[in-house]
Amino acid sequence: MITHLLSAADLDRATATLVLDTATEMATVAGREVKKLPTLRGRTVVNLFYEDSTRTRTSFEVAAKRLSADVINFSAKGSSVSKGESLKDTALTLQAMGADAVVIRHSASGAPHRLARWVDGSVVNAGDGTHEHPTQALLDAYTMRSRLGTLEGLRVAIVGDVLHSRVARSNVLLLATLGAKVTLVSPPTLLPVGVGCWPCAVGYDLDAVLADVDVVMMLRVQRERMNDSYFPSAREYARRYGLDVARAGRLPEHAIVMHPGPMNRGMEIAPEVADSARATIVEQVANGVSVRMAVLYLLLGGKS
Amino acid sequence: MSSFVLTGARILGTEKTDIVITDGVVTEVAPGADAPGATRIDADGLVALPGLVDLHTHLREPGREDAETVESGSRAAALGGYTAVCAMANTDPVADTAGVVEQVYRLGRDAGLVHVQPIGAVTVGLAGERLAELGAMADSAAAVRIFSDDGNCVSDPRLMRRALEYVKAFDGVIAQHAEEPRLTAGAQLHEGEWSARLGLTGWPAVAEEAIIARDVLLAEHVGARLHICHVSTAGSVEILRWAKARGIRVTAEVTPHHLLLTDALAESYDPVFKVNPPLRTDADVAALRAALAEGVVDVVATDHAPHTVEDKECEWPYARPGMLGLQTALPVVLDTMFEPGSAGAVDLAPGRLDWDGLAERMSRRPARIAGLAEHGRDPAPGAPANLTLVDPAARVTVEPGELASGSRNTPYSGRTLPGRVVATFLAGTPTVLDGKAQQ
Ligand SMILES: [Zn+2]
Repeated sequence: MITHLLSAADLDRATATLVLDTATEMATVAGREVKKLPTLRGRTVVNLFYEDSTRTRTSFEVAAKRLSADVINFSAKGSSVSKGESLKDTALTLQAMGADAVVIRHSASGAPHRLARWVDGSVVNAGDGTHEHPTQALLDAYTMRSRLGTLEGLRVAIVGDVLHSRVARSNVLLLATLGAKVTLVSPPTLLPVGVGCWPCAVGYDLDAVLADVDVVMMLRVQRERMNDSYFPSAREYARRYGLDVARAGRLPEHAIVMHPGPMNRGMEIAPEVADSARATIVEQVANGVSVRMAVLYLLLGGKS
Repeated sequence: MSSFVLTGARILGTEKTDIVITDGVVTEVAPGADAPGATRIDADGLVALPGLVDLHTHLREPGREDAETVESGSRAAALGGYTAVCAMANTDPVADTAGVVEQVYRLGRDAGLVHVQPIGAVTVGLAGERLAELGAMADSAAAVRIFSDDGNCVSDPRLMRRALEYVKAFDGVIAQHAEEPRLTAGAQLHEGEWSARLGLTGWPAVAEEAIIARDVLLAEHVGARLHICHVSTAGSVEILRWAKARGIRVTAEVTPHHLLLTDALAESYDPVFKVNPPLRTDADVAALRAALAEGVVDVVATDHAPHTVEDKECEWPYARPGMLGLQTALPVVLDTMFEPGSAGAVDLAPGRLDWDGLAERMSRRPARIAGLAEHGRDPAPGAPANLTLVDPAARVTVEPGELASGSRNTPYSGRTLPGRVVATFLAGTPTVLDGKAQQ
């Protein structure tokens, strides 16, 4: 197993599959009367969140507690730079507290990589800037596998603001590792220059791919991108890149619709589509806990 | 009266000779030359070069003495083989008045390790809104000839035109940090494969190239001198080639780090590799090396940019851009560009330099651009004794803790590079002997 989970690229096929298989085991815990395993008793997991994300923080917290770990929520939002305490100082503090794992969410790309150099414990990237969110990619892969049976050869379209999306970046890397075929669909302004080096196809036309996919993953669009001229208006974006009822109707029968949440209903996804049977949005949240249990278990469980 | 005899030195790598320095001037160059009472310095196997001249140094004083002072930067410069450095204006307060440039000039003179030539700001407070008192700085004791808002681009085309025109009155030159700010908002790394992979906002090559293209046309229109700081892209080289062929009075510099390092180093997210303009691709590095050898890019300038540990040991997007350069510039240029062999005796491979070419790009031509008549002159009778002795056979491993700068942000930590500066003479006085600073 690996020491840290900083990027989806840290996972080779065998390791990624092990995480998903372990998550399947962990999912059974959620169905028990006592939703707890003694596995990480005496271990300390720190949630170090420089950015608000109640969903992700709670998901990690529940996961750690189900494994009987002690959880410390270290909300660093706004404190680090403004109060003069550097990430390195914080790392030394966590070190002194004996943190076995640090789950970090940070607005700066690469912050978890820096942290990993300064602490002895495992570092889990819970979202860094516009870089990656590897446990989100794992829970998405888990959701696809449980709905559709396999990832090998699966055709996945990821639609929307790829440029600023850590979810898209991690998904592209992980899905390629697991044998799925990814197509990114986005206005050209919301694709990074250099995307040609990624292991995926790229297109600008959502209608051209719909009939041919098993999974369509809609990304959240920040409305402020409009003011930055990434696209002309919310209305035009919804028309060209929104998954409305008509578009969803052109998906193959078995295809599923995913969204990392929170959604802009009516912009990137129509309410009827979000609430339809194909949508996996609520499952994704539940699967998030199982996957994060698996990650913490595999990073920490093997050590004494 | 002080005199030195440098015995067995090879001037620009040619035949061994002896060099006599008396009262700050080279007085004799010949095998067996001597002077009564002179201090003899064994220079056997060493190459004598005109003292290096840096067009682009950040000395941080006044304002950020915790990162560098004029004195600590001067010491690093002397140890790097420099006898003159041009100090950039983005200090605090900004060097945008006669008072501040004179202060920097005097601090340099008091330190006495290199000639410190202040650069004046183009605009008040580097704000890019109205011209600073360029004439007052030119007329001051510091006799400023280079003006730059470096750190910022003079992005307003009308203001840039006025600046270029205005300094013609005293043969000044505007040194432009070419970066269209609207194209680099939030930029962290060269826009390309690595910025896409690392999720860092891209700094596109076109943001540099668009400003250079605009400014060479402005310089042509008003018949003024333009200097482009730290050229970093293959496209910029092509624009410069075109401009020079057209007869436009433009010169350009490249940094040692842009001749050696690439954006792939950002994979570690270690901000020691964060610099502005950013490290580019292998293709850009190759184009810059070729352009420097060819003369399309005129000179090597360090962009020595010291930063404290606090400003560098943090998350990449929060780190200040910049790298140390003064003590490693010559070794990096030797590593990337140098072809051994005596001057003129061998045909140089394309993209390579010999000692003469190196002296041209690191000493003579920068001295000419800066208007420093006492510097950039080969060791010959009558020339001011500003010169450097280099051991070309030595290889030195860079240890950040051993650098003389007030900061430690070198991207070459642990790297072994060729060449070692053994001695530096400033106006006939050794500032470095046996590789050690003399003050
Ligand atoms: Zn600059």
